[in-house]
Amino acid sequence: MSDIKTNDTMLEVRNIKRDYELPGGFMKPKKTVHAVKGVSFTLERGKTLAIVGESGCGKSTLARMITFIDEPTAGDLIIDGQKMDTRPGHLTAEMRQKVQIVFQNPYGSLNPRQKIGDVLGEPLAINTDMTANDRRDRAIEMLIKVGLGPEHYNRYPHMFSGGQRQRIAIARALMMNPKLLVLDEPVSALDLSVQAQVLNLLADLQDEFNLTYVFISHDLSVVRYIADEVMVMYFGEAVEYGTRDEVFSAPKHEYTQTLFKATPKADVDSIRARIAKKKAASAA
Amino acid sequence: MSLLQIDNLTVEFETSTGWFRAVDGVSVSVDKAEVLAIVGESGSGKSVSMLAVMGLLPDTAKITADRMLFEGKDIQSLSGSERRKLIGKDIAMIFQEPVASLNPCFTVGFQIEEVLRIHLGLDKKARRARAIELFRLVGLPNPEERLNAYPHQMSGGQCQRVMIAIAIACDPKLLIADEPTTALDVTIQKQILDLIMDLQARTGMGLIMITHDMGVVAETADRVVVQYKGRKMEEADVLSLFENPKSNYTKALLAALPENATGDRLTTVSDFFQGNPEPAPSAGTEGASA
Repeated sequence: MSDIKTNDTMLEVRNIKRDYELPGGFMKPKKTVHAVKGVSFTLERGKTLAIVGESGCGKSTLARMITFIDEPTAGDLIIDGQKMDTRPGHLTAEMRQKVQIVFQNPYGSLNPRQKIGDVLGEPLAINTDMTANDRRDRAIEMLIKVGLGPEHYNRYPHMFSGGQRQRIAIARALMMNPKLLVLDEPVSALDLSVQAQVLNLLADLQDEFNLTYVFISHDLSVVRYIADEVMVMYFGEAVEYGTRDEVFSAPKHEYTQTLFKATPKADVDSIRARIAKKKAASAA
Repeated sequence: MSLLQIDNLTVEFETSTGWFRAVDGVSVSVDKAEVLAIVGESGSGKSVSMLAVMGLLPDTAKITADRMLFEGKDIQSLSGSERRKLIGKDIAMIFQEPVASLNPCFTVGFQIEEVLRIHLGLDKKARRARAIELFRLVGLPNPEERLNAYPHQMSGGQCQRVMIAIAIACDPKLLIADEPTTALDVTIQKQILDLIMDLQARTGMGLIMITHDMGVVAETADRVVVQYKGRKMEEADVLSLFENPKSNYTKALLAALPENATGDRLTTVSDFFQGNPEPAPSAGTEGASA
């Protein structure tokens, strides 16, 4: 691990760990689950790091630590050159503003009783002194940025499709002008064509606001499209970490290779190979 | 004779603004030992048409079809009890959400033995033995112990294996898999797909794979039906669909795959329709399905 930091390092994570204690019972000892066992990486401003792994590998726990939802058991978190004091009560609003998160399921992450205007205005109402009118203008401006319109301001979440809801969740995350956006499987609940729209939107927003993304996914074809750097996690450890081209052209770890093999291939050659194999099997 | 033949199926739901047509004149047929994939995005009516076959739609749905034949028998004219004998035995279905489609109040062993008792009338000992055999077949470790587990004690992949075991318990002639792997990880998806395809090859049952994932289509199907907004856009064998898609919508779907991205942007379906007319079923598919 080098201590050399360029000016352009947005996020640095050093040997971060998170344990969860499972309470014991009568005659049952306490148990500790090591969800993340010491992960380190650095990420430059304006770049995208994709974190890949199966469920239970600790990738969402890592996301929760980066967004201060969970406190790390050990390790350092350095955001925008500033070491974060993650103890409860020591985080300032200013630190929190720098990092925002978009969750996986847009059907679960929006309050069904809150109008879209209030969803977007709430962070401003809590963190700034803006007047209601200013908040409204800013919310409408953001709605337009994510491809919705002013007419959506007074609607409720149930009136939107999954793709539109994910746009709203992205808009909400961007209201405080964050520098780092954590995207926890933002497109895995969406259809293929809608997925393409949301991925395009994310690429546009990244260019416009010079955002840094931590993109969590288990879909390798999406990762290959969006990521600059890729980290593969397996049982709480980073088993592979490198640039996209390094990881995709020469995966080193066995688990990464398994992942690649498991991803369905939609090219004509592999279909042809499969059909030939099936014919051979039925002839035999 | 096809195993399942549906001609001109239309399903409508009554809404406050009038009748909504979820499936609009779709014709589908599957042969014995054939794997048919039905592809489309949410709202394309791909699940609804299969639920209509299973008789699982609510009473508010209006189902009309010129013909709906299973092994030459008309399904539409069956009475409730006759249909219940057919469904779950000769036609079985696997649903998208494995954890949600199992009953949380009963052990998985009870749920699989229920099928064996009702459809095959096996006695207690034979049911137990067959259930263990089925669990072993779908690759669940320690089947004897696993039978006593409740769904919440199992992972998503294991629950899906239980669902598959229940579906194939009576050796169905037709298996309908409705997005069987959407809720699962890639590595587990691969295992489940391999399992389904292996069972299909071994038993020679017909298989309808409903999915929105072109990768899954490419890995499993013999023939593909593409649906959009309740209408059939295209029907082709899998190779010609990927090599030479005819309908605009199929072209758009294939272009939206991240691995087919050219340059910085992904093509979206709406990009594709700009300058192109709203997609309509091409003349070729109409002829092919008649």
